Amino acid sequence: MLSEKVTCNSHGQDSSYFLGWEEYEKNPYDEFKNPNGIIQMGLAENQLSFDLLQSWLEKNPQAMAFKNYNNQSIFKDLALFQDYHGLPAFKNALVKFMSEIRGGSVSFNPNNLVLTAGATSANETLMFCLANPGDAFLLPTPYYPGFDRDLKWRTGAEIVPIHCSSLNGFRITKSALEDAYKQAEKQNLKVKGVLVTNPSNPLGTSLSLHELDLLVNFISSRNIHLVSDEIYSGTVFSSPSFISIMEVLKNKNLMNTEIAKRVHIVYSLSKDLGLPGFRIGAIYSNDERVVSAATKMSSFGLVSSQTQHLLSEILSDQNFTKTYLSENRRRLKERHEMLVSGLKKSGIGCLPSNSGLFCWVDMRHLLSSNTFEGEMELWKMIVYQVGLNISPGSSCHCSEPGWFRVCFANMSEETLDLAMQRVKSFVELMPKQNNQSCHQKLMNRNSRRTKSLPKWVFELSFHQQEIVANER
Amino acid sequence: MEVGLNNTHKFLSKIATNDGHGENSPYFDGWKAYDTNPYHPLTNPSGVIQMGLAENQLCFDLIHEWLMNHPEASICTPQGGFDFKEIALFQDYHGLPEFRAAIANFMSRVRGSRVKFDPDRIVMSGGATGAHETVAFCLANRGEAFLVPTPYYPGFDRDLKWRTGVELIPVVCESSNNFKVTLEALEDAYDKAKESNIKVKGLLITNPSNPLGTFFDKETLKTLVGFINEKNIHLVCDEIYAGTVTNGNKFVSIAEILEEVPTICDHNLIHIVYSLSKDMGFPGFRVGIIYSYNDTVVSISRKMSSFGLVSTQTQHMIASMLSQNDFVDNFIHESRTRLAHRHDMITRELAEVGIGSLESNAGLFFWMDLRRFLKEPTFEAEMTFWRIIINEIKLNVSPGSSFHCNEPGWFRVCFANMDDATVMVAIERIKSFVHETRMLEIKTKALAKTKKQCWQNNLTLKLSSRRLEEIMSPHSPLNSPMLRAQN
Repeated sequence: MLSEKVTCNSHGQDSSYFLGWEEYEKNPYDEFKNPNGIIQMGLAENQLSFDLLQSWLEKNPQAMAFKNYNNQSIFKDLALFQDYHGLPAFKNALVKFMSEIRGGSVSFNPNNLVLTAGATSANETLMFCLANPGDAFLLPTPYYPGFDRDLKWRTGAEIVPIHCSSLNGFRITKSALEDAYKQAEKQNLKVKGVLVTNPSNPLGTSLSLHELDLLVNFISSRNIHLVSDEIYSGTVFSSPSFISIMEVLKNKNLMNTEIAKRVHIVYSLSKDLGLPGFRIGAIYSNDERVVSAATKMSSFGLVSSQTQHLLSEILSDQNFTKTYLSENRRRLKERHEMLVSGLKKSGIGCLPSNSGLFCWVDMRHLLSSNTFEGEMELWKMIVYQVGLNISPGSSCHCSEPGWFRVCFANMSEETLDLAMQRVKSFVELMPKQNNQSCHQKLMNRNSRRTKSLPKWVFELSFHQQEIVANER
Repeated sequence: MEVGLNNTHKFLSKIATNDGHGENSPYFDGWKAYDTNPYHPLTNPSGVIQMGLAENQLCFDLIHEWLMNHPEASICTPQGGFDFKEIALFQDYHGLPEFRAAIANFMSRVRGSRVKFDPDRIVMSGGATGAHETVAFCLANRGEAFLVPTPYYPGFDRDLKWRTGVELIPVVCESSNNFKVTLEALEDAYDKAKESNIKVKGLLITNPSNPLGTFFDKETLKTLVGFINEKNIHLVCDEIYAGTVTNGNKFVSIAEILEEVPTICDHNLIHIVYSLSKDMGFPGFRVGIIYSYNDTVVSISRKMSSFGLVSTQTQHMIASMLSQNDFVDNFIHESRTRLAHRHDMITRELAEVGIGSLESNAGLFFWMDLRRFLKEPTFEAEMTFWRIIINEIKLNVSPGSSFHCNEPGWFRVCFANMDDATVMVAIERIKSFVHETRMLEIKTKALAKTKKQCWQNNLTLKLSSRRLEEIMSPHSPLNSPMLRAQN
């Protein structure tokens, strides 16, 4: 009676990534009301710099009151404005902001920018423009779990993983790219492009010049697209500095070539400015046909005109944007260091990172077995025993068990501190020589509790087994 | 090196390179004419008046007044400022609870509180545009179809078909019975689909209708429900114009049918699409709603709403505004009154010069009958005449063929997107045209008579001879979009 899209689970919400959220929702930590609750560390939100935005709003009342600088009401104009080309003032301000994030090394043409309801919509729209049902995009693993929904669900496109390994810090290699391409061919899938997130979610690292060069050469030789999701570009808080794909094209003198036409950027204000509720996403493309088609498609998810107006006011204030970007980076760096050093005290290391709102944490040594089952076991303990919702690497399609994404920018310092203490206590219960029996003790002690766990927890193990079978 | 067009098209998807967006149709000529020469009372008094845009601009004063009195509705005012962080961070696709409650409340009051809506069934979407596409994704697979009564809103061709691969099959309605949807027409369309091996998944109606400006009576609605229930297909009711019914008490929502006769059908088949774009005049804020009686559809469409959530800044403002019953009731009442007044004024004036329209009592437009102005009852003649309306009368109205009407000569004319003075200018232009056309007819008859007698005379008319030719003997090459539209 309903469509296949309803009955399949490509929306991805049966994945552990989302299920951890559900457990958090049932038992959320609150400093006073629920101090033993689960601390949310699975949400990549930037809550560190709202005071800066709030103080700007207090100083700029006209932006708030639907009035222009002549104190005339612009409410009616905004209420009626549904032009999918977007508010010119907003697009102009947004491209300037994007350029500023990249240190002015590249500039963007507002006519090549398409506004969409969040990066979720931007990524899906780009897929509709670039891929037919059954076509594939190659994605380096580990990747943001939401891509399974955004890129595949309604578009019918496929994702083929480019396997990255901890042996070289999860960097993209030429052979991994080629292997992925061959794998797609074996599955009779036509590869239409590569999609990377730069800086990476969940790794928190920005792509090196070498990787970017590899990507440009690869898409050039295969005549395919490159989508660069640069949603975290404003969160690069330490070196190496961020290199945008556009900069690489510029430096290689490829800007007005066919190759440049196959490079597209996705952006959003959800991470850099911490405004996920406002649904501000964008596609930037050098191909006017893509811009044209994507613009028409944006009808299905335009940005609210009042939001466009507010952000055009904020982003046009270049004194503000300059201060915000540098202060935000400073706070992110501080918080990142707090997490890294906190984990280090518990003997837990992280992938060295320079960006993002999270760390890619190495808990391989805590696994009872070097399997995804072992990872799930450890994850359940961390959620229920330690009381932290973190994201297991398997939910990000990592090919190696034992890695977890841990967010640090969506809570107060005190809460992060508490989280670190909880981790320390947990690790102290697990002497290195005796991992196996300690795991068993912990499992036994809580067997009553595990019996009352919802069914999905056990179903997950089977699901993870499937992942292992497919990826090895 | 330039890559050939074919090669470039290979790089992009079929969807990106086909015409499914519908914007290559000739009907956009009207918009282009307006865009390049827009009317303005002072700076461009002879420009094209936009009467092709179904917008409700009649009650902004009421909204404005409310906003001035309720600064806390804007999260960014000092009064609302403390909410800023929570609102800005909130991306839960369930939406702000107060937003859903306010929408459910508004929907109910628009229907005279005769029905209640459950806030937990309210699902957000990127406008009604996003809602329709999402519902199509939920109910139909590629190649399956929806039945749609003609004439219908041209945007459905894009919204329901473009990225979904779903088909639309027209249920032909005729002027002989005021374009009512008959059981016969439904069965006809259903059978045609079956013959072509197309699986029908549902029926989509717009109630009140765009472009007709009429709404379904209770009996017809019950007939439709009986039809879909018997065939076990879905019924999608776009009630986007529910608040524009001039006599609100007469409007019957599908929700009321379900409440009155709960056993009339399987409720899992019923879905409502709504939006604030028409009733409130807020198309820019992108507030689309899916309200389904099917739990699975609610759940899945809610997940899909991630692709087009309503900005929480907007959710917050709407929640404040639409939870105030005094304001809401007054707004609905005042809006209806002003729409009725505008509708009556324009249709009465045009009737005085012999231009009729379908009797209507809803919508932001009326369905104008210009059949007698066509040289012949063909779509070519309709297009020819339409170009005259745009280029000479300087009004952008929408030809019936763009709505897949099966009969040429009907035009949709919007009246709520301009002030009173502009309406009068438009009316005057139409009146002048009618007058001139009469004069032209008289002179032409005289000319024909004279030509017969004195064929060597070289009489020329002062009026545009091109127009004469176009009215009296269309010679323009066949413009087949209309023929295509009939399929």
